[in-house]
Amino acid sequence: MPTYRPGPVSLILAVLVALFLLMPLLAVIPVSLTPSRMLTMPTGELSLRHYRSLIEDPRWLDSILLSLRIGIVSSILSTALALTFSLGVWMFQPRFTAALVGFVLLPMVVPPVVSAVTLYFLLTSVSGLTSFFGYDTWLGVAMAHSVMTVSFATVLILVSLSQLDRRIDLAARGLGASVWERATRVIIPNIKFGIVTAALLSFVLSWEEIGVTLFITSVNAITLPRLMWMGLRDNIDPAIAALSVILIIITVLVLAVRSVITRQRAAKA
Amino acid sequence: MRGTLSDRTGAALLMAPLLLFLILAYAWPFLGVVKWSFTLPTPGLGQYHALLTDDLVQSVFIRTLRIAAIVTVVSVTAAYAITVVWVRGSPVQRVVAEFCILVPFWISVLTRAFGWVALLSNRGLINTWLQSIGFISEPLTLVRNEFGVIVGMSHFLIPFAVFPLASAMRSLDERVLLAARGLGSSRMRTFWTVFVPMTRSGIIGSALITFVFSLGFFVTPAILGGGRSVMIAELIYLRIFQSPDWGLGAAISVVLVVFVGALMALLFRYVKPKQLV
Repeated sequence: MPTYRPGPVSLILAVLVALFLLMPLLAVIPVSLTPSRMLTMPTGELSLRHYRSLIEDPRWLDSILLSLRIGIVSSILSTALALTFSLGVWMFQPRFTAALVGFVLLPMVVPPVVSAVTLYFLLTSVSGLTSFFGYDTWLGVAMAHSVMTVSFATVLILVSLSQLDRRIDLAARGLGASVWERATRVIIPNIKFGIVTAALLSFVLSWEEIGVTLFITSVNAITLPRLMWMGLRDNIDPAIAALSVILIIITVLVLAVRSVITRQRAAKA
Repeated sequence: MRGTLSDRTGAALLMAPLLLFLILAYAWPFLGVVKWSFTLPTPGLGQYHALLTDDLVQSVFIRTLRIAAIVTVVSVTAAYAITVVWVRGSPVQRVVAEFCILVPFWISVLTRAFGWVALLSNRGLINTWLQSIGFISEPLTLVRNEFGVIVGMSHFLIPFAVFPLASAMRSLDERVLLAARGLGSSRMRTFWTVFVPMTRSGIIGSALITFVFSLGFFVTPAILGGGRSVMIAELIYLRIFQSPDWGLGAAISVVLVVFVGALMALLFRYVKPKQLV
């Protein structure tokens, strides 16, 4: 428990920063309620028409469903790849681990725009081979998103493995458990929380991915962020404000639930 | 037990899928991009020569470095202020600070950029309000210029700048602070001569992360800059999709990676990776 508390000056500064951080999130609420078709502050009358257009306009609904599908597929792929890799690292501690982990973390540290050019190169190169995988296809986008999220999933799973007591694995091994049994019946049940977090993070990162998606889609695979981008660049559509409000509310709810769960786990431990 | 054949096979089997995936889907195509930079439109170093001589490219590089530097200073300073409260505040203050840091952190870059458009545009919240109280008659130009870009990018990067600072502040031995106070140092002096120097590794880590992220920023400058203050990432996009000049786009990408790699190497020389988490 820190006994040396921040003084009034640092509290005032922190409040200013907090306001700066929350301001743009709060600003979208009045805009989303404007009756006008353009981006303006509502004057007098409020309207929910922009929320309605999210459900009624098939473009929004289609892109929401597409983003969900891409997010789920890419999250499963990157969590599975990250989990097997991390189990290999943890169970066998092979030589060159540091170099291999460093390689796996590259997509996280390379500037996203360079990854975007790289994935653009990849998907345009394989586009000729099949029609369902490549540039501007949903499978291509899901794979590209996995490249971008797998580093984060690996970090999360490696961190939860590092907190696991090696002796339980040694005990299982001493009692004659095979590699498969050790992994599925001893290790994985103990890092469940880390795996679920990794899958959720991968999904969220894919759900809101725009930097790479812009480079690898044009007219077919319009994900939700891609549609928002189009609406932001041309004529700003207040439906984006309505969508933003919904996304912000979901984020706040998920964070609240997560903090309750974390607190309960901390209380149990 | 380590190093037996079955162990090695097991490790290889478990680690191979991800490694293969990244080699095929990331390393190999990256080499393809490097190849583009040397072969399109004609083989040779032409694109790199253009990079050094083209006025437009040069001005974009300089603008990017300038914006990244300003954003780094703004973000690290702001992050420092809120991290102090997050780490050392009372329990209630800590929960509030955490909320203010994590909610924006989890919200997509597009939503956040849009929020700034809603605040700063000509008919946005700030201009509407300033006009309604009669403070200004014509709307201020707050967006579609460098100011908007700096505001939006700083907003995006503050949460990222918080984490290295928080870990530095958490590992600080607070008895040193009590000792300084006990020896008669004022709050201000304790902060500037004891607290800040002791969180140096966090400041360096946070500044480098912010700077590196700023260099490759695409979405926020493209939306809040409105095409008027183009940064490196947007230039790459324009070269590939609008001009189209894939060779130059690829060459700029390669230079960006090399530059960021050098900065990361510098980072790890001064700060151990463990101190960043």
